[in-house]
Amino acid sequence: MPAIRAENLVRRFGDFTAVDGVSFTVEKGEIFGFLGPNGSGKTVTIKMLIGILPLSGGAAWVDGIDVRVDPEGVRNRIGYMSQKFSLYDDLTVLENLRFYGKVYGLQGRLLNRKIAAVIEQNEIGDYRDRLAGRLSGGWKQRLALGCAMLHEPKILYLDEPTAGIDPVARRQLWDLLFQLSGQGITFFVTTHYMDEAERCSHLAYIHYGKLIADGTPESLRALPDITPPGTRRFEITAGEVTTALNIARRIEGMRSATIFGRSIHALVDDSLGQEQLAGAMRARGARVEEIRPLTPSLEDVFVELTCRHQRMTGAAA
Amino acid sequence: MNNPFRGLGAIFYKEVIHARRDRLAIMFSFIMPILQMTILGAAIDTNIRQVPTVVLDESGASQTAGPPDRGTADSRALLDRLRNSDTFRIIKYVHSDRELNEEMVTGRARVGVKIPVNFARDLLDGRTAQVMVMVDGSDSAVAGQAVNVSGQIGLDESLRRILPAGTVVPIEVRPKLMFNPDSRSPNFFLPGLTAVLLLFVTTMLTAFSIVREKERGTLEQLLVTPARPLGILLGKIMPYFALGVLELCAILLFMRFVFQVPVHGSAVLLVLISTGYLFVNLTIGTLISTKANSQAEAMQLAMMTTLPSIFLSGYIFPRDTMPPVFYVLSYFVPATYMVDIARGVILRGAGIAELWSDAAVMILFGIIVLLLAVRRFTRMIV
Ligand SMILES: Nc1ncnc2c1ncn2[C@@H]1O[C@H](COP(=O)(O)OP(=O)(O)OP(=O)(O)O)[C@@H](O)[C@H]1O
Ligand SMILES: [Mg+2]
Repeated sequence: MPAIRAENLVRRFGDFTAVDGVSFTVEKGEIFGFLGPNGSGKTVTIKMLIGILPLSGGAAWVDGIDVRVDPEGVRNRIGYMSQKFSLYDDLTVLENLRFYGKVYGLQGRLLNRKIAAVIEQNEIGDYRDRLAGRLSGGWKQRLALGCAMLHEPKILYLDEPTAGIDPVARRQLWDLLFQLSGQGITFFVTTHYMDEAERCSHLAYIHYGKLIADGTPESLRALPDITPPGTRRFEITAGEVTTALNIARRIEGMRSATIFGRSIHALVDDSLGQEQLAGAMRARGARVEEIRPLTPSLEDVFVELTCRHQRMTGAAA
Repeated sequence: MNNPFRGLGAIFYKEVIHARRDRLAIMFSFIMPILQMTILGAAIDTNIRQVPTVVLDESGASQTAGPPDRGTADSRALLDRLRNSDTFRIIKYVHSDRELNEEMVTGRARVGVKIPVNFARDLLDGRTAQVMVMVDGSDSAVAGQAVNVSGQIGLDESLRRILPAGTVVPIEVRPKLMFNPDSRSPNFFLPGLTAVLLLFVTTMLTAFSIVREKERGTLEQLLVTPARPLGILLGKIMPYFALGVLELCAILLFMRFVFQVPVHGSAVLLVLISTGYLFVNLTIGTLISTKANSQAEAMQLAMMTTLPSIFLSGYIFPRDTMPPVFYVLSYFVPATYMVDIARGVILRGAGIAELWSDAAVMILFGIIVLLLAVRRFTRMIV
């Protein structure tokens, strides 16, 4: 039984369809990264999967429970950290934890033990008596995560948990996610950071309500849409990179070339070898330093998929 | 698992902390009522006394001796009667109609008494002597009292003159004010005010409870937990209920010992019965909070329910003289029952036998409103 199964999820607000026939399956213990541009329907999808927003169509099961039939049962089994900080500013860290523990029916020694464990895991002990509203962004997120996992849910939904926090805090939060994932917790995480996407074991990409990619990071990079048959990708490092780009674009067999920092990412025909390309560019005056085969980054993948999807829907319309 | 009160304890725990940290709410619920009570109790005296009166006495003008404005023995006797009534205070004697008019227009005098030139002559000749009493009608209570008392005095004087000396008045009506024998305003106003003050504070306290969480985004997180609507709403009501009881006690103590309003019935009974009133107002506030989308809207809705309640409750205008529609409406206003209960216990010494039905109606209202709020809240969850 998968942790989450969504089948043809639809959510409409009036005439507007925010989520349009989305299907995917998340296995137990996965870190499922749910990506997509602003307003693409990530948060709406989560709200349907945790039983606080009714579905307009389709079906979903969380830990085997149908969200349409028993949303309360679903709520008992999951933890949720919303996109906006939503703990009580005027309660201290400890009081927030106590409150959430009590809501889930924990009390007495058991409650204290669970709180102690969560405080240790999230390393928020130093701030135990500070008002939540006075915590900095990273510590707020740790507290929010602590409150969401206090009742030991099997599935944790984190909606942009690292938005607006510094790189070190981000790294630490992800370390914690890996640690918890090792204990068998399933994570459903949304993010706009590609480096975080790379760390997920399973990715899906939603674009204006439609799911347009679903798979492991490796399988997405290897998608034929990204690197069509008969082509390959190179990264060209060169001095005077803009001049080099203009030269590269005039070489036969070059499909596309774009600048990334001090180098050029190029998609070329298979017939054009590494040495051949270097020779041709140097012959035209480019100061090529190095040419390496390139695996596409997830950013390449999502940008390419988005463009293709827009072309397709544009053509259809 | 299916306990409908689930989450109550947790919510109660956190709401108590919120309330404790929210100094403003505490201030609001204790300082405001005491302040309002002080203002109303001290400044408003609805018993009309010493109405400023101006007199134009021309009755002496025809007599050649003496200055024209001294009047006659008869006119002075009448003015003494007016003065002794305690209703009128003669602030000025004027010498012309123009001056009389001016005193009235400027508002320095509320009543103008004009005794005409031929007052004494007419009396003497057995004709009807006329006295004009001009009354400023802009305050209807003052005007009514002035008209009544001056009419009474006129009638009295007339009788005295018609009846031969030694005869008795055939009928005398002697009104006796029960329950508030001194006719002190605070005694009558403050018990009803208790109901009004509690109404404001309790409705406001809960009107913000849900909508505040909606605005801050904490409600969404709360809805993901297994807490049930009834548990959440009751958990939010209970701390404010306790606050309301404390507040009620403070108001009653203040009324009794600062304003010296005697309590004829049992104060304990009054507090017990009032809990029903607190409960129904807190549920109304809660219902408002589930409807409103912002705290500002909640505030407006709260005002829209409390202000009409006060007018309909009989606190300001007696219910018996209301148009029938309002009279019927007033039965659906909890404050109506509470004003009745407070006056009953404090002024009349009423006991549980007279008041239990009022209390029962309020608790019934409270339960109905709570269920409505729960229904609205449940729809928010799914
Ligand atoms: N309650 C609602 N009523 C009407 N429209 C809504 C509602 N909730 C969301 N939407 C719309 O649905 C679309 C998807 O919103 P959603 O919040 O899921 O986006 P998102 O992918 O989470 O974006 P972001 O990355 O900015 O968080 C948006 O266009 C949003 O305006
Ligand atoms: Mg979102």
